[in-house]
Amino acid sequence: MPEMTFAQAIDYALGEAMAADERVITLGEDVAMLRRELLVRFGPSRVLQAPISEAAFLAAGVGAAMAGLRPVVEIMMVDFIAVALDALLNQATKVRAFSGGKWNVPLVVRAACGGGYGDAGQHEQCLWGLLSGMPGISVLVPSNPADAAGLMLSAIQCDEPVVFLEHKLLSDYWLDYLGRGGRETVSFDVPEAGARGEVPKPPAPVPIGKAKKAREGRDIAMFGLGVSLHRCLEAAQELEKDGISAEVVDLRSACPLDREMILSSASRTGRVLVVDEDYAGYGLSGEVAALLSEEGLKVDFARVCAEEVVPYARSLEDEVLPNRRRIREAALRLCGGSA
Amino acid sequence: MVPDVQELYRQMARMRRFEEKLAELWNRGLISGEMHLGVGEEAVAAGVLAHLEEDDAMALDHRSTPPLVGRGVNMESLLLEMMGHPDGLCGGRGGHMHLFSKERLAASSGIVGSSAPLACGFALAARQLRPGKVAVAFFGEGAANQGMLLESFNLAVAWNLPVVFVCKDNRWAITTRSRSVTGGCLLRRARSFGLRAFRVDGTRVERVWATAGKAVGRARAGRGPGFILASCPRMEGHFLGDPMLRVFREPVRQTLEIGPPLARALLSRPLAALPARALHMGIIGKALATLGVEKYVLERDPLRRAAALLSEETRRRIEDEASREVEEAARAALAAVEGR
Repeated sequence: MPEMTFAQAIDYALGEAMAADERVITLGEDVAMLRRELLVRFGPSRVLQAPISEAAFLAAGVGAAMAGLRPVVEIMMVDFIAVALDALLNQATKVRAFSGGKWNVPLVVRAACGGGYGDAGQHEQCLWGLLSGMPGISVLVPSNPADAAGLMLSAIQCDEPVVFLEHKLLSDYWLDYLGRGGRETVSFDVPEAGARGEVPKPPAPVPIGKAKKAREGRDIAMFGLGVSLHRCLEAAQELEKDGISAEVVDLRSACPLDREMILSSASRTGRVLVVDEDYAGYGLSGEVAALLSEEGLKVDFARVCAEEVVPYARSLEDEVLPNRRRIREAALRLCGGSA
Repeated sequence: MVPDVQELYRQMARMRRFEEKLAELWNRGLISGEMHLGVGEEAVAAGVLAHLEEDDAMALDHRSTPPLVGRGVNMESLLLEMMGHPDGLCGGRGGHMHLFSKERLAASSGIVGSSAPLACGFALAARQLRPGKVAVAFFGEGAANQGMLLESFNLAVAWNLPVVFVCKDNRWAITTRSRSVTGGCLLRRARSFGLRAFRVDGTRVERVWATAGKAVGRARAGRGPGFILASCPRMEGHFLGDPMLRVFREPVRQTLEIGPPLARALLSRPLAALPARALHMGIIGKALATLGVEKYVLERDPLRRAAALLSEETRRRIEDEASREVEEAARAALAAVEGR
């Protein structure tokens, strides 16, 4: 299996899908430069430059998908999707329901998400909770190159709208453009296992809605995704020294959730910690709690999430985004100890 | 009326020196994230701001430091903000794309196009609470394809708001040549909404000053909103460390980085597609060549043009003063950051 960066893996899967199926196109702002290798291979009619008109080109993506194409529409950063939310909220996710199941929208929205490089909360949000709140949508958040390639492939093959989120701490080019800017004078806490790794060739689809156990443990189950998954793994190592055996599950999608795996890990350990870089309220962590509650599972529950707007200063940002210290402290509290 | 070129140049020099300091601090790693400088936009900012009064409002984009400096926001508090210090303009929580000065009614945003509707709101409040005051929106030509911006043009006319929309046309939307994704002409577009629209060479501060005087004067008198299309250069790329500019600034390293994957894409199977792919490669080459010619052949620095209107002695005195002011602010800010 060849080794790839997270970003290479996504474009590798997209390129394979475009080569296999001429209905697959990609469009968005700056794609001629961002996806220059795909532009060279497939030309400007399938790698389509868009003006800064998110509301129009995302909704056009919906129409194109309804009329037979399989568009991968890039919203540069997920924060910018706010400008174009109607296309998803009132159009893409309504078509199947309103057409009585007779018409569907095989649309992929690709966007960069997440923080950790000091750009503040208008460019560093996750928003998968907000997006997952729309019935009829899937929201994928890979944490490593193999999953990124496999989930991109599944997203393109899916007959329903899918949002594919690419964390900027894992995607080297985004981190370079937005955080590093070619400088040697700044550093970032990049989880290496997420930023680079082996990817099957040809890429293997990863089923949507299937979580993956990233670490076995007995005392507590920690659920995370994207960069938060890596923060869980880092904290789990520290907890080992505290005598706590933590299980870590990579949810891989904010929606749909893998009920089976969540329930089995939760019931086995009796303690659940959701680590979510998205906002704490009305989102993924609450959804996991509701799921456990609906199943009548009595577990000790806690969450480590973004509690406020992501601040600009790196030192403040580090505290607002889930970090090892906060995860460890929450886990110790759940397990009856203290930090 | 004749412009006070000395004062205009003084403001432009302050803006430029300040942003040169920002670039230095950013390069030293003391400023995080993206850094979009307004270097090249100083004549537009200074020419428009010269007509603003107390209690006029500004809605700004991601290149907001020149207008904030020109409006008299404290340099030290701006620098502290960029360095994420609690004593910064916004407590270190906003950073360079999200600068807010309630005292000066100035707000910036990193969402492209959002300054236009914000300025409409500022103008609405001005009409009711501060008659005779105006609001100005600054944005780039890339924002002119954003729906909310065009809706704002209509709103401003329909409500006859005291607002002036200032479009800084640097011809590039990040890496995209704006013309390649824009239909028609922006000036006619603005006129078709009923805005009084002006075109001006944004590298000539005295001309911007004259044009802005008309637009702001009309808005202030309640005679309707205006639109100024001011061409200007993007001298430091989209942001510091711009990968397209890096191709020119460190060609060997960039070629080694970008070249091999592109070559692999060119030669990937089926090889029969090679001629078509060579054409596609030309699209990337053309964009880079256009950028290079604009940057290294055609670029005109508004500061040099304004300086040419002054005596050598005056120019030097103004520049020295600006440098001193910026250095003092930077020294104080750095002392605060290092003493933390």
